[in-house]
Amino acid sequence: MPTIVVDVMPKAELLDPQGKAVAGALARLGNNEITGVRVGKRFELTTDGPVDDATLAEVRRIADDLLSNSVIENVVGVTVVDGATVSTEAGTGETVAP
Amino acid sequence: MRIGVVTFPGSLDDRDALRAVRLADAEPVALWHGAHDLDGVDAIVLPGGFSYGDYLRAGAIAAHAPIMAEVIDAAGKGMPVLGICNGFQMLTEAHLLPGGLIRNDVGTFVRRDQALRVEQTDTAWTNGFTAGQEIVIPLKNGEGGFIASDDELDRIEGEGRVAFRYLGLNPNGSLRDIAGVTNERGNVVGLMPHPEHATEIGFGPDTADAMRSGIDGLTFFTSAIRALQAV
Repeated sequence: MPTIVVDVMPKAELLDPQGKAVAGALARLGNNEITGVRVGKRFELTTDGPVDDATLAEVRRIADDLLSNSVIENVVGVTVVDGATVSTEAGTGETVAP
Repeated sequence: MRIGVVTFPGSLDDRDALRAVRLADAEPVALWHGAHDLDGVDAIVLPGGFSYGDYLRAGAIAAHAPIMAEVIDAAGKGMPVLGICNGFQMLTEAHLLPGGLIRNDVGTFVRRDQALRVEQTDTAWTNGFTAGQEIVIPLKNGEGGFIASDDELDRIEGEGRVAFRYLGLNPNGSLRDIAGVTNERGNVVGLMPHPEHATEIGFGPDTADAMRSGIDGLTFFTSAIRALQAV
C-alpha cells in the first residue's frame, strides 16, 4: 500500500517555541553538542490504489490547504514511499527504502 | 438585534459569549458548527475553547467546518464577526484575518487579567472605545503568540489593522505586542483575550473600585449593536 509522506516545518525565520523548549531540555540533560532544535510534523497519507501524478497534485493541494498554514509553516517534502515510484519536492530528494 | 455564537466540538466559552450578548441587550442565538445555517443572525461570535483538541493546529480543523462557509460568505458581505481566542485562531486559519498564532514563547499556558490598549476604534467591535483607551479583560491561552512576517506586520500596522496591543507584560511572545487585529473593512475582529468574561459586575477582573467589577468586555458587544444600528 503506497504511503505519501508530507513533512511540514515551522518557517525558519519565525519562532519555534517547541523546538526552543526541547533544546533547553537537552542542555539541562548535559548535552552541549546540539545547539538548536526545530520541531515539525510528518503526515503519512495512505491510498488503496497506485499513486499517480494526479494523486500527488491532490496531496500537494491538501498539504498547502489543510496540513500546513503558509503564514507560519512550510511544506518541506512530499514523498511517496513503499511503492515503485519515488517522488520528491523542495529538494529533499532522498529515496526512502520501503 | 440577533447575535449568533457558534459551538464547535471542544468550544468552552460559547455559553459565556451567549450570556455576554444578552447582557449587551441583544438576542443571543446558539449556532452549530455542522449546520450550513446562520439562522438569520446579524452578527457572529466564534468563541474560545479547544476545538478538535487543537489537533493539527489550533483552530485549523474548525476553520473548515460546514458553517464556516456561511461565516466567510457573511464576513465578505460586511457582517460583524468576532473571534475570541480559539475563534481568533479559526479566523486566521480561514484567512479572514492576517497572521498566525503559535505556542506561547514562555512555554506554558498563561492565565491572567490582561491590560490592553485599544489601537483601532473604527471597527464593528471597538467603536464604543476611545482611541488609545486602556482596558483589562481576562487572557487564558497556550497558543497565543501572534506572528507574521516583518513585511506583513509593517503592512497591517500601516493599514491601521492592529486593533489591540498588550500593555505591560507581553504574555505570549506576540510580535509587536499584538493582541488582536481587524480586517480591512473593520467588520471582522479577532483577539486572544476574552471580552466575554468581563461583562458583568461580580464576575470580571478586579478594578480599583471593587473586586471582580471589571466590565470592559461589554463594550465589544455594545459596539457591534451600535454598528448594526448604524447600517
